[in-house]
Amino acid sequence: MTIVLMTGIQSALNPAGVQAEKIARLWDLFFWVSAVVYVLVMIFLLAALLRRRPEIVPNATSPRVRAAVSIATGLTVLTLFALLTASIFTGRSLSDVPERAIQIGVTGKQWWWHIEYDDTDKSKRITTANEITIPVGMPVTVHLQTSDVIHSFWVPNLHGKRDLIPGRRLTWTFSADRPGVYRGQCAEFCGYQHAKMALWINALPAAEYASWLEASRKSSKIPSTPEERKGQEVFMSSPCPLCHTIGGTEAAGKTGPDLTHFASRRSIGAASVPNRREFLAHWIVDAQHFKPGSLMPSMTLEPGQLEPLVVYLESLR
Amino acid sequence: MKRVLVVLAALTLISCEREERKFRQTPAEAALQKRERLVSLVAGPYTPDVKIDGPYAYNAHGISEGKRLFSWYNCVGCHANGGGGMGPPLMDERWIYGSDPEQIFATIVEGRPNGMPSFRGKIPDHQVWQLVAYVQSLSGNVPKDAAGGRQENMQVRKQEQSIPDLEPEKAPAEHP
Repeated sequence: MTIVLMTGIQSALNPAGVQAEKIARLWDLFFWVSAVVYVLVMIFLLAALLRRRPEIVPNATSPRVRAAVSIATGLTVLTLFALLTASIFTGRSLSDVPERAIQIGVTGKQWWWHIEYDDTDKSKRITTANEITIPVGMPVTVHLQTSDVIHSFWVPNLHGKRDLIPGRRLTWTFSADRPGVYRGQCAEFCGYQHAKMALWINALPAAEYASWLEASRKSSKIPSTPEERKGQEVFMSSPCPLCHTIGGTEAAGKTGPDLTHFASRRSIGAASVPNRREFLAHWIVDAQHFKPGSLMPSMTLEPGQLEPLVVYLESLR
Repeated sequence: MKRVLVVLAALTLISCEREERKFRQTPAEAALQKRERLVSLVAGPYTPDVKIDGPYAYNAHGISEGKRLFSWYNCVGCHANGGGGMGPPLMDERWIYGSDPEQIFATIVEGRPNGMPSFRGKIPDHQVWQLVAYVQSLSGNVPKDAAGGRQENMQVRKQEQSIPDLEPEKAPAEHP
């Protein structure tokens, strides 16, 4: 069981960062202590069951029984106290936050994650959705807020859970020690599609991270083929730009996920389905099939409009 | 006997339209989109219009979605929260271009002279119908049990449920 979980991209038992490491060690301690206690209790129970009943049953107030009860109670209290102490110390060490960290804004929405890399230089700001890219070995502080109901930010491989409370800004600092892809999940019930509110963390080596930043700061790719141009026309003349932004175009809606570099993302609909052509086409005309209740309306398109639209969106690397 | 009664009582909830959530448009709703006449003069003999309720007039979820879209599509930019500003107020009994659901639908989709933009092709039809239901609720013209009962933001007016039912004025209002 443990071995299966160890390979997981969404598992607290496969820590990839300092904070997750501490939580995993605490988990190990709890696991082994509980296992030993369980085995001991079972041994005593079995012994009691197999032992022949003595001729004279000892009185409950006899010194022997009293001693046995006191020892058992003392051991239980001591064990629980030791676990409590371990838990408190782990919590304390987790609250040590490094001063210099990469700042990323994360806003929970029903049911997706809005991601923002702020910068004093406005042209260097990055807006994306459902995918956070971070450099390996650097502490990252996410500033969590919600625009509707309570959510919870949880990437088990990197850190524990942190709730997003309406009207408050909370921070959560973690780091990834090895490159990889980690999956996060909203961990507080937030409505109909709570289960389909996931996100990805891409931990990249420093050099790759720098080139990712460079690429993400650019505005969207200008359509180069006739089909892409037609797709852009379809996008602009349909309801899409009222909710979605594509950097460098007139589409500047703020209520849906930013699509400037849409094709570089791993999945659609907050990790509901992989970002592949067949899912994308289906998503556009009938998002309610994958995610009933999501705010993406089903689009009514003219014949021949869907294909170029998909081609255009797939070109937005 | 008691158990049977409980089951029967639970069964009545199935027919409760108020809480029904429609995520897709039905063909019947799409068929409602016949073009609205912009004048009351009609060629030929007098044919009374068949009045049609919008598909969301009795649906609490549809009306609350309309309320959300009302700010998302920036209707608030001109009409404020129904009180009017650059555009006419929507919480009174004056209807410049008609108070029927179809007429409100046409006002949104076609646009109207002097400032109301046309949203044709920019808002999916079922969302226009949700907006229609919300606009009706601003003057109390939807059932009270379906109208919105709470305000998430700053209170600028009564919540839709408490707005008195304002009968549309008989004579159409003057063109502004």
